[in-house]
Amino acid sequence: MAETVFAPWADPAQKPLIEFCNVTKRFGDFTAIHDLSLKIYEKEFFALLGPSGCGKTTMMRMLGGFDSVTEGSILLGGHDISAVPPNKRPVNMMFQSYALFPHLSIWENIAFGLKREGRDKAFIDARVDEMLRLTRLERFAKRKPHQISGGQRQRVALARSLAKAPKLLLLDEPLGALDRKLREETQFELMDIQEKTGTTFVIVTHDQEEAMTVASRIAVMDEGRLVQVDTPDQIYEAPNSVYVADFIGDVNLFPGTATERPVAPPPAPAVAPEVEETAPIADAALHDSAEANTATQRRLPAPDRKGEWLYEKIFRRFMGYRETAPRRLPPPSPAEIAAARAPVAPAPAPAPVAEPIRPGGILIDWAEGQPPIIAANGDTAMAGTGVTFSIRPEKVTIDAEKPDRPNIYKGKVIDIAYLGNISTFHVELANGTMVKAQMVNARRLANRHITWNDEVWIGFTETAGVVLKG
Amino acid sequence: MRKAVLIALPYLWLTALFLVPFLIVLKISLSDIALARPPYMPQFDPAAGWQGFLTFLSELDFENFAFLATDDLYWKSYLSSLQIAGLSTLITLGVGYPIAYAMARADQAWRPTLLMLVILPFWTSFLIRVYSWMGILSNEGTLNTVLLWLGVIDTPLQIMNTPTAVYIGIVYTYLPFMVLPIYSALEKLDDSLLEAAEDLGCSQLSAFWLVTWPLSRSGIIAGCFLVFIPALGEFVIPSLLGGSDTLMIGKVLWEEFFNNRDWPVASAVAVILLLILIIPIVLFQRNEQKAREAEG
Repeated sequence: MAETVFAPWADPAQKPLIEFCNVTKRFGDFTAIHDLSLKIYEKEFFALLGPSGCGKTTMMRMLGGFDSVTEGSILLGGHDISAVPPNKRPVNMMFQSYALFPHLSIWENIAFGLKREGRDKAFIDARVDEMLRLTRLERFAKRKPHQISGGQRQRVALARSLAKAPKLLLLDEPLGALDRKLREETQFELMDIQEKTGTTFVIVTHDQEEAMTVASRIAVMDEGRLVQVDTPDQIYEAPNSVYVADFIGDVNLFPGTATERPVAPPPAPAVAPEVEETAPIADAALHDSAEANTATQRRLPAPDRKGEWLYEKIFRRFMGYRETAPRRLPPPSPAEIAAARAPVAPAPAPAPVAEPIRPGGILIDWAEGQPPIIAANGDTAMAGTGVTFSIRPEKVTIDAEKPDRPNIYKGKVIDIAYLGNISTFHVELANGTMVKAQMVNARRLANRHITWNDEVWIGFTETAGVVLKG
Repeated sequence: MRKAVLIALPYLWLTALFLVPFLIVLKISLSDIALARPPYMPQFDPAAGWQGFLTFLSELDFENFAFLATDDLYWKSYLSSLQIAGLSTLITLGVGYPIAYAMARADQAWRPTLLMLVILPFWTSFLIRVYSWMGILSNEGTLNTVLLWLGVIDTPLQIMNTPTAVYIGIVYTYLPFMVLPIYSALEKLDDSLLEAAEDLGCSQLSAFWLVTWPLSRSGIIAGCFLVFIPALGEFVIPSLLGGSDTLMIGKVLWEEFFNNRDWPVASAVAVILLLILIIPIVLFQRNEQKAREAEG
C-alpha cells in the first residue's frame, strides 16, 4: 500500500526539488565530496547516512549555504542556488546543537525568522502560536531556552526552523542529544510533523536505526561518495555492496568463490554429499538426543531405590499419605514426555522438508571442509568470481537438533548477548568462523534450552542471504 | 556552625580592611584642621571615659562638606572626573571590543598567545608605563619625531599636558580590563548561533547586532565598570600626563592631602568620591549576578 502512495523517485515525469549535479567539494587538499549527483523529491524524508567524516554534513551545509560548492551545481526547484547566501535561501536548518538564542524567549526564538522577513505583527503572532501548538510547547512560550528540557529544546529548534515554512528543512543529527526512549518518541513525532506540514526533510544522521525509522529514502555515503540510494527496506534487504550490508545493521559475511548451480537439479546432488559428510556428526546428534531423553527422565521427581527403602522403613509410619501420591499421578510415559518437550526444541518444521530447494543460483565455496553455501538468488553471472555472501543474523536459525534446511552448519555457542526482546548467539563453526544468529525471546529466559558451549546447528534457507561482489 | 564560621571569615576580613579604615576616614572628614600631629582635631582619647567620648562626638561637624559645596573647584573636579572617566570608558569600549572580537574569532591555536599579549603589560610597573607615554607624547617625543620626519606635520603637536594625553593614558592603561571580560563572553558564543541567525534571514551585520552584541552584553557591562570605576578616582595619569587645567578629583585629593596638609577636607573629598562610586559598583554587582544566573 505504502509503495503505491509515495515513490516520486520511481516516476521519471516527477521534477526533483533538489538536484546535486556533479558536485565536488574540496577543503584545501582534502576532497570531501567526489563528483556527486543526487535527486531529492518534494515531500520526501530523505536521510543522509554514513560514518562520521563521510561528507554527509558537508552535503547538508552546502544545501544550507554555509559551505560553497567547489565544482558542479545544486539546483533547488530548477534554479541554481550555489551562489545564493544562506539568508536568501528558502531553506531552513535545524542545528545539531539546536543553536537556540539564549537571550530570547521560546516565543521570540520561533518568531526570529518571521521578524526578519518583516511580517506584520498579527501574522507573526498567529504563525508562532501555530508552531507552538504543532510542537506542543504552548506552556513554555515565555521561558528561556535554559529553563526547558533537552527534548523541549529540540522541539523549539524544530518549530523555529519550520516557522518560515521553508521548501526544504535540513536536520543535522537532530536527535543526537536525546536519550534513547525520547529519541524514539521524537522520531515518530518528526514523521508526523513532516507529514502534517508537507515539507521536504533532509536529515543527516550516523544512526542507521534512526534513518530506517524516519526516512522515505536513505543515501548511504562513504568517503564523499554515494554508495547506495534506496528505500530503507531495499537498503536492508538488498544492499548493493559489502560496505552497505556491513554498515546497516548486523550481518554475517562469508567471502568465497562462486560456482554456478544446476538450474534443475535432481533433488539430491546438492544436499547428498553434505549428508554424507556430516554423517558422523548426525550420529553424535542422535547420541546427544538419546542422552537428553534419559536426562529428562532423571529430572522427574521419583524416588530411587535407596529412597524407596528409607521410605518403607522409616517415613511410612508417620507419612502414610505419601504412599498414594505416586499412584494417583503416575509418571508420564517417555512418549508423553517427548510430546511435552516437542515445542521447547523448536520443531525442525516439516514444511522445509516438503518444499524442495529452489534450483538455480550459485554455490559459494567459502571454507575448507565446509559444505558450500547454496544461494538460489545469486546471480549466475558471478560464477567463477570472488563473492561475499551476506546474511542477517535474524535470518539464521539456531537449533539443538539437526534441522532440515538447505544450508546447515554445526558449531558451538561461544557467547549469548541477551537484549531483552531478542538474543544474539555467537556460534563458532568448526573452521573458526563466527556466525551471529538471532532468536526472538518468546519464552522466559529460564526456559532457554540453548546455552553457552552447547553444540548447535545454524541454518538458513537458500534465499535468505544476499550475494555481493568482492 | 561551620557554615557560619566560613561566612564570618570574609566579613571579618572586609570589616578589618574596609569598614574600619572607612570609619577612620569618615571621622577625619568630620574633624577640623589643626597644627598638630596628626593634623586634625579632636582626637579620640579612650582614657577620658564616657564623658570624654560625648565631648569628642560634640566636636565633630559637617563643616568640611559645607566647604566643598562653597568652592566650585570641587564640584567641577567631580564633574570633570565623571566626564573623563565616562568618555574614556566609551573610547576603551570602542577600541577593546574589536580586539576582543578578533581574539575570540582567531584560530584556537592562537588564542592563548593573544590572551597573553593582552596581559603582558601588567608585568611592567604601571608607573613606568605611564612615564614611557611621556616619552612618546612630549613635544620632542617619539610620536612627534616620527610625524615630523614623515612630513605629516611641520610643528610638533602639543599632546602632552592636555586632556588628550589623559584620555590616551587611561584608555591604554585600562584596555585589558575591557578586553578580557568581553573576550570571555564572546569566546563562549557558539558559532552555530550566527549560522542559525543567517539561516533565519539575517545579514551578517544584523546577525551581529541581534545575536553577538546582546550575548556579549554582560561582558561589555563588566568591562565598562572595570574601566569606569578606577578611572574616576585616577590620580597618577592626570598628574603625569595632564596639564594644570585637567581637573580630576584624584589629583585634587592628593593635593589637599600632601600639599595643603588639610586631612579633614581631603577625607571629605574621599568620602564623597566613595558615595559617587557606590552607585556604579552596585550596578556592576547586579550585572554580575544576572550573568551568573543566566549561565546557571
